[in-house]
Amino acid sequence: MSTTTISAPAAFRGTVTQSRVARSEWTKLWSLRSTRWSLLAAFAAMVALGIIISSVQMGRWTHMSLHDRAIYDSIDTGVGGYHLAQLAIGVLGVLIISGEYATGMIRSSAMAVPRRLPVLWAKLGVFAAVTFVLMLVATFISFFAVQAIVASHHVDHAIGDPHALRAVIGTALFLTVLGALGVGLGALVRNTAGGIAALVGLLFVLPGITALLPSSIGDAISPYLPLNAGFTVTTSTFEDPHHLSTWVGFAVFCGYAALVIAAAAVQLARRDV
Amino acid sequence: MVKRGGEADDRDMIEVEHVTKRYGEKLAVDDVSFVVRPGTVTGFLGPNGAGKSTTMRMIVGLDAPTSGTTRVNGRAYHDLEAPLHEVGAMLEARAIHTGRSAFNHLLAMAQTHGIGRDRVQEVIDLVGLAEVASKRVGAFSLGMGQRLGIAAALLGDPQIVILDEPSNGLDPEGILWIRTLLRRLAAEGRTVFLSSHLMSEIAQTAEHLVIVGRGRLIADTTVEDVVAKASADAAVRVRSPQVVALRQALAGDGVRIHSAESDVLEVHGVPSARIGELAAANGLILHELIPLRASLEDAYMDLTGDAVEYRTQAEPPAADELELAA
Repeated sequence: MSTTTISAPAAFRGTVTQSRVARSEWTKLWSLRSTRWSLLAAFAAMVALGIIISSVQMGRWTHMSLHDRAIYDSIDTGVGGYHLAQLAIGVLGVLIISGEYATGMIRSSAMAVPRRLPVLWAKLGVFAAVTFVLMLVATFISFFAVQAIVASHHVDHAIGDPHALRAVIGTALFLTVLGALGVGLGALVRNTAGGIAALVGLLFVLPGITALLPSSIGDAISPYLPLNAGFTVTTSTFEDPHHLSTWVGFAVFCGYAALVIAAAAVQLARRDV
Repeated sequence: MVKRGGEADDRDMIEVEHVTKRYGEKLAVDDVSFVVRPGTVTGFLGPNGAGKSTTMRMIVGLDAPTSGTTRVNGRAYHDLEAPLHEVGAMLEARAIHTGRSAFNHLLAMAQTHGIGRDRVQEVIDLVGLAEVASKRVGAFSLGMGQRLGIAAALLGDPQIVILDEPSNGLDPEGILWIRTLLRRLAAEGRTVFLSSHLMSEIAQTAEHLVIVGRGRLIADTTVEDVVAKASADAAVRVRSPQVVALRQALAGDGVRIHSAESDVLEVHGVPSARIGELAAANGLILHELIPLRASLEDAYMDLTGDAVEYRTQAEPPAADELELAA
C-alpha cells in the first residue's frame, strides 16, 4: 500500500446544497459520451432539417401549386427541425435518470444526497438550461439560414415579423419542457425502455388513437393531447382548426410535465432505491 | 442490547433498533438490534441471504425499514447534512454508471459536498487507480470496481466506514490490500462495519461480531468470545481398534461422540488427557490421540447452523485455513 494518508485536511468539509448538487449533475451530464452525442444529434437535427426541407422546396418551387405557394410559411420551416430534435431531446431526458437506475448509480446519488429530491431538481434544472440554450441557438441558426434560402422566391420573413421571434423562442421552450417531461417519465418508470415507451406513447401514439375516435369526441380531446397542446408555441399557422391558442396550449403542455414530475418526485422521495 | 446514551455517546456510532424489513411476503430482516461502536472493526457475519446487505442499505437510507429505526452519529441518515463526511459506504450491488470515467464518477460525488478535485485525485492514488482513472468504469475488472467503490467511500474522509463484502471476487493481492486498508482504518480510530459470509475473513480484522441468520440477530459478541467458545468445544480425534468399548467408556453428560471412520472417533466434551486415562483404566488400546485445533469456522457454523438458508453436505473449511489467516 502507498503511504498516502487516508485523511484529508479538515478545511474542505462542506454540506450538501442545491447548487452543489446542480454542479454535480452538470459533471454527470457532460461526462457521458451518450449524452454528448445525443445533444449534438439534437443540435444538428434542429439546424439541418429546416435547411434541407427549404432547399428542396425552393428547388421545386415552380412545380408547387399556387395554393401551396400562397400558404408557404417560412417561419414554420425555419423552426421545423424540432420534429426530429424532439426525439433526441425526449429520449435523452429519459436516459439521464433511467441510466442511473440501470447502472445502480442512483444508489451513489442517494447516498450522497439522502433527501434525493435535490438530485431530481438539479437534473431538471441542468438539463432544461442546457437544452434551452442549445436549442435556442440552433433554432436561430436554422431560422436565419432558411430565410436566406427562401429569399430567392421572396417568401422569407424577418425575425421582427409577427410570430417569428415567438416561434423561435417557443421552439426552444417546447423542446425544453419536452426534455423535462422525459426526465419525469424516466424517474417515474425507472427504466430506460419503459420510459422511452411511455414518452413515445404519450406524445406520438395517443394522437393516432384519438384520430380513430368519432370526430365529435376526437376533435374535443385532440387539442389537449400533450404534443398538440405543446407545439402551438412553435408555429404561426394551423392546418387543423381544432387547436388551443398559443400560450394556453403551451401551459397545458407544461401542466402535463409538471404532473409527471410531481408523481416522480413523490415516488423518488418514498421508494427504496 | 441497545442502550441509548446522551448526545455525546452517539458520536461515530451506528445504531440499529428493532429493525424489520419486509419485501412483500419475504421477511428480509426480522427485529434486529445492535450497535456498532467507534474505534474498532465490527464484523457483520451471516450466511448469504441472512439480511446483511438489506440492513446496510437501511443504515445508509437506501431502503426504509418496515419498522424500527437506524441511526448514524445519533441521527437518521436521511437527516445528515453532509453524509459523505460522516459515513462512507461501499455496498455490494453496483452503484456506478459504467459509461463514466472513475475520475468523473468520484468528481460528481465530491461536488455534491463541495469537495475539490485534489481530494478526488488523492483517493484515486490511495486505492491505486491513478493509471486507469480516465478509463470508462464499464471496462474495469471486478477488483478495480471494488477499489473504486472504496475510493468513493473514503472520499469525504468519513469517521464511519461501511463495507459490504469488500473482498468478494478479489484476487489474493486485492484481498491482502483490503485487509491492510481495514487495519489502517481501524488504527486511525475509525468505526469500521464490515460484512462477510466468511468467518475466516472477518476474524482477520474484526474485534466485535454481529452475527445474523435468516434475518434475525443470532449473536452480538466478540471474536475473542467465539474463539474461547470454539476452544472449549474442541474435539479430540481418537483412533482405536476397540471403538465400541471406547465409546462406552467415554459416554457421559455433555459428551458427544461420532465416528469419522470405522476405527476413528471424534470426541467432544472430554479433554484428551482424560480420554487417555479412561482408555488405560479400561485396558483399551489407542493408536492415535489428537486434540483438534479449535476452529472459528466450526463455532460460527454451530451458531448459524439452523439459520443457513441453503444447506449442502460440504465439509466446513479446514482449521488450517484459519491459522493461515491469523
